[in-house]
Amino acid sequence: MWQAFVRWFHKWSSPKWFYTMSQPWSFWLGWAATLIIAAALVWGLMFAPVERLQGNSYRIIFIHVPSAFLSQAIYAAIAVLGLVGLVWKMKLAFFVAKQCIPVGASMALLALVTGAIWGKPTWGTWWEWDARLTSMLVLLLLYFGLWALHNAMERPESGDRAAAILALVGVVNLPIIKFSVEWWNTLHQPATLKFTEAPPMHPSMLIPFLMAIVGFYLASMAWVLMRTRLEILQRERKSRWVEDELNRFAEGQ
Amino acid sequence: MTFLPLLRSVFRREMQLAYRRRSDLANPLLFFLIVVVLFPLGVTPDMTKLADMAPGVLWVGALLANLLSLDLLFRSDYEDGSLEQMLLASLPPTSLVLCKVWVHWLVTGLPLTIMAPLLSIMLGLPGSALPLLMLTLALGTLSLSLIGSIGAALTVGLQKGGLLLTLLIMPLFVPVIIFGTGAVQAQVAGLPWQAHLAMLAAMTTGSLALSPLLTVAALRIAVGD
Repeated sequence: MWQAFVRWFHKWSSPKWFYTMSQPWSFWLGWAATLIIAAALVWGLMFAPVERLQGNSYRIIFIHVPSAFLSQAIYAAIAVLGLVGLVWKMKLAFFVAKQCIPVGASMALLALVTGAIWGKPTWGTWWEWDARLTSMLVLLLLYFGLWALHNAMERPESGDRAAAILALVGVVNLPIIKFSVEWWNTLHQPATLKFTEAPPMHPSMLIPFLMAIVGFYLASMAWVLMRTRLEILQRERKSRWVEDELNRFAEGQ
Repeated sequence: MTFLPLLRSVFRREMQLAYRRRSDLANPLLFFLIVVVLFPLGVTPDMTKLADMAPGVLWVGALLANLLSLDLLFRSDYEDGSLEQMLLASLPPTSLVLCKVWVHWLVTGLPLTIMAPLLSIMLGLPGSALPLLMLTLALGTLSLSLIGSIGAALTVGLQKGGLLLTLLIMPLFVPVIIFGTGAVQAQVAGLPWQAHLAMLAAMTTGSLALSPLLTVAALRIAVGD
């Protein structure tokens, strides 16, 4: 059983296998994500009840919270993939980690922008130098730094390893974001969803909310898979099978 | 050679190199002076307002000056090939990195700390806050040098690493500056400041333990190409 799992896992570390196998995966994940997000947004924005204190403005959580979750989850994934790549010298882990960066950065940017839009009616200000906001901004800057480091290196292989080290250093920011609302007395409200407690939300709000989170996860996975395929084509362009694949595209099949 | 004499000779070499590049060492200090002078000119010459801002201004100035000097940390050794020899030497490379960072702190962080009282008078910071300001700056610049050494190692192989180094390392400096200024501001306001100082010291010791490992890993990438 374990042996079979290890063999299956090792197959995924081959760029060619990944390229071929991820095509149906990204297709189905992408469609599932589109449907789930569409359903969640229609339900959340139009049919979920009005919140007692914040009125209709709370509805932005259906975008704000999933994107904030994803921006942190993707950063954690980049760090884990970087470690895998550094320890086991698996180049595919680096490819995926690299292509996670733009996805994670977009999520962090989306979370900050929707947060600002939400902040205006509820806090009366677009921006506040609050611990949660500041640490999210630092996360966005870390994403930019990772991308800049990749682009600055002449050899992409050294860019991979350098970015992995930087990503590992930046991990210290994740617990700061997570606990910022508990350690400091901030304007940002504390977490609503917790693993240890039942959520204090009515199901008619909670279900679209959870759907939106799942949808964002699936969409990010599909997006990363698609970007990674392009990265593989670019990085492995000297190998035979990539040439064949590109010729197939050129012939328009 | 055994460990300690070797380390001592590395230390002596670093100090000697630093002494011979005196003008490079003066630049961060002058930069610190100019940045601090810009604030009264650019924001307000009102001494009471400046006094409120003083801990932050001094910290930002010291942080930028430190950042400016970091680019030189490994560059000359990388260019003349001695970095390669150092990584191949019998000495554990982490101890060597620590030695270099320690010298970097002695020639930038410590002078910045010593300069801070002069500039704090110009900004009207109450004299009672001075000892704590100097303590936080001494601890903080050490952790800045340690964290910054990772960035310096990551960008050492690049031609124009300076600006990239700033982009990579600045986000990691944020917690240091928050607790550094936090301690001084709390003391000026008459609030308990020990927790801020403890956090700053914890960050310094944490970076002391972890950053040399990452710096060595980054240097190996740069040397490997």
